[in-house]
Amino acid sequence: MDFFLQQCINGLTLGGFYALIALGYTMVFGVIQLINFAHGEFFAAGGYMGVILLSFCASMGFLETHPLLCLGGSMLLAMGYCAMLAMAVEKIAYMPLRRASRLSMLLSALGMSIFLQNGLMLTQGVYSKSYPTVFTNKVLHLGNVSISYMQIMTLALTAGLLVGLNALVFRTRIGTAMRATAQDKVMSALVGINANRVISMTFAIGAGLAAAAGIMVGMYYGTVRYDMGFVPGIKAFAAAVLGGIGNITGAMLGGLIIGLVEIFAAAYISGEYKDVFAFIILIAMLYFRPTGIMGENVDDTRV
Amino acid sequence: MTPPPILELRDVRSAYGRIEALKGISLAVNPGEIVTIIGANGAGKSTTLMTICGVVPPTAGEVRYDGEVISGRNPDLLPPRGLCQVPEGRRIFPRLTVEENLNMGAFFRKDQDQIARDMEHAFTLFPVLKERRRQRGGTLSGGEQQMLAIARALMSKPRLLLLDEPSLGLAPLIVKRIFEIVKQINQQDGVTILLVEQNANLALQLATRGYVMETGQVVLEDSAANLLKNPEIRKAYLGE
Repeated sequence: MDFFLQQCINGLTLGGFYALIALGYTMVFGVIQLINFAHGEFFAAGGYMGVILLSFCASMGFLETHPLLCLGGSMLLAMGYCAMLAMAVEKIAYMPLRRASRLSMLLSALGMSIFLQNGLMLTQGVYSKSYPTVFTNKVLHLGNVSISYMQIMTLALTAGLLVGLNALVFRTRIGTAMRATAQDKVMSALVGINANRVISMTFAIGAGLAAAAGIMVGMYYGTVRYDMGFVPGIKAFAAAVLGGIGNITGAMLGGLIIGLVEIFAAAYISGEYKDVFAFIILIAMLYFRPTGIMGENVDDTRV
Repeated sequence: MTPPPILELRDVRSAYGRIEALKGISLAVNPGEIVTIIGANGAGKSTTLMTICGVVPPTAGEVRYDGEVISGRNPDLLPPRGLCQVPEGRRIFPRLTVEENLNMGAFFRKDQDQIARDMEHAFTLFPVLKERRRQRGGTLSGGEQQMLAIARALMSKPRLLLLDEPSLGLAPLIVKRIFEIVKQINQQDGVTILLVEQNANLALQLATRGYVMETGQVVLEDSAANLLKNPEIRKAYLGE
């Protein structure tokens, strides 16, 4: 039982990361029907921005005295940086192709992914970088279940970001405009919504969330590498499809499910094959219910 | 001297790919008027409205609104200037609630207090929308969706409203109600109206002037009263 609970906590932590990344896929798909294959690179870029900023804080001695301030500041800066990077990518690689066939944009996204990943490799090197320790490795024991402070922190932050995004999309004027644009671009222009601005914003928000996930993953596992965006990116894509691509609640749910399944599969079946299970779910979903869990007919929360 | 027209099209052409849909349209709408464009399916009526709004870019000619050339501008710049369209098929946002749909009509506006008052005004025009304000647009009936589409456009405080086939697919009683409201919007709120309709009879009874379109061209222009009496029009469009 304790083992089971322990795996639940681990699975939720991992699932939270996937959920944060999956949101970017699903939101971008909602507004321009593109699977943004470069999305995983924003996650990696966020992880690297985090390691650079936090190491700087550590070298100045601030990290020990004000860990929360350093983490918060680094996270905001990294999110902002990735948001701008994503907006630039959209302007350069996707906007000129908006009237072209969907395949052209998809290929452009693949190209962007390779470009960004190699850019990261050239500037940051091929070896992994280790994160400075932000929190002491204190662990909370609840019976036989142990939660590290780091885990509590990441779970809380992830939950906060997910709730915040939900509020933004479903409660604010600008979020409503985003959903309107996703539903009917011509009509949204006819009521005065600037589609370009909405699309830019969608990329920015998605990349910001991915960057936050990048930092948390970096802290959680202790290292980052230039190609760290690839596998989590694809798994988050699987999560977005599982939830019903274009559906925000679906992406969150899909992320958590993939995270939990992966952890449980590793714990009870085989650790070596843990990466396979996300894709087994993806294939099964595409086979039995291609619209995803929250797809089409139960779509209150589509963008 | 008569005031200058609020909307003027001069020899406007537009095309979908290589197929020319408008072959040189000229028309004018004066402030305060209800002008109708009638014609058969595929005559280019809806394309005319989409070209005015810049959704279909004109390939030649010019569109003037309020004394300024607006052809070639982005469509989203027009509603803030008072030029709004209720497009064919209503195009309400199906997964937004009625209230959210109305709020999108006021998207570019900043005057929160006045927006709230305008929403109340819309609810007095269409009480059924108030009952359904928390319901998603896609769950409304056709007539309710048409009302929502008109109410959403009114939330933009239009000076010129382009209406495309408001009677399409609706029961006669509801059509009558909607036309009454269009008249009310024109007379009480002073909104100029350009109405595209296949139901020529209804449209000509409401309008002051009319244009008849055939295969991308204006073939006839007259007062609505004269068009109603014109034997050829009666034969071709009024089913006699």
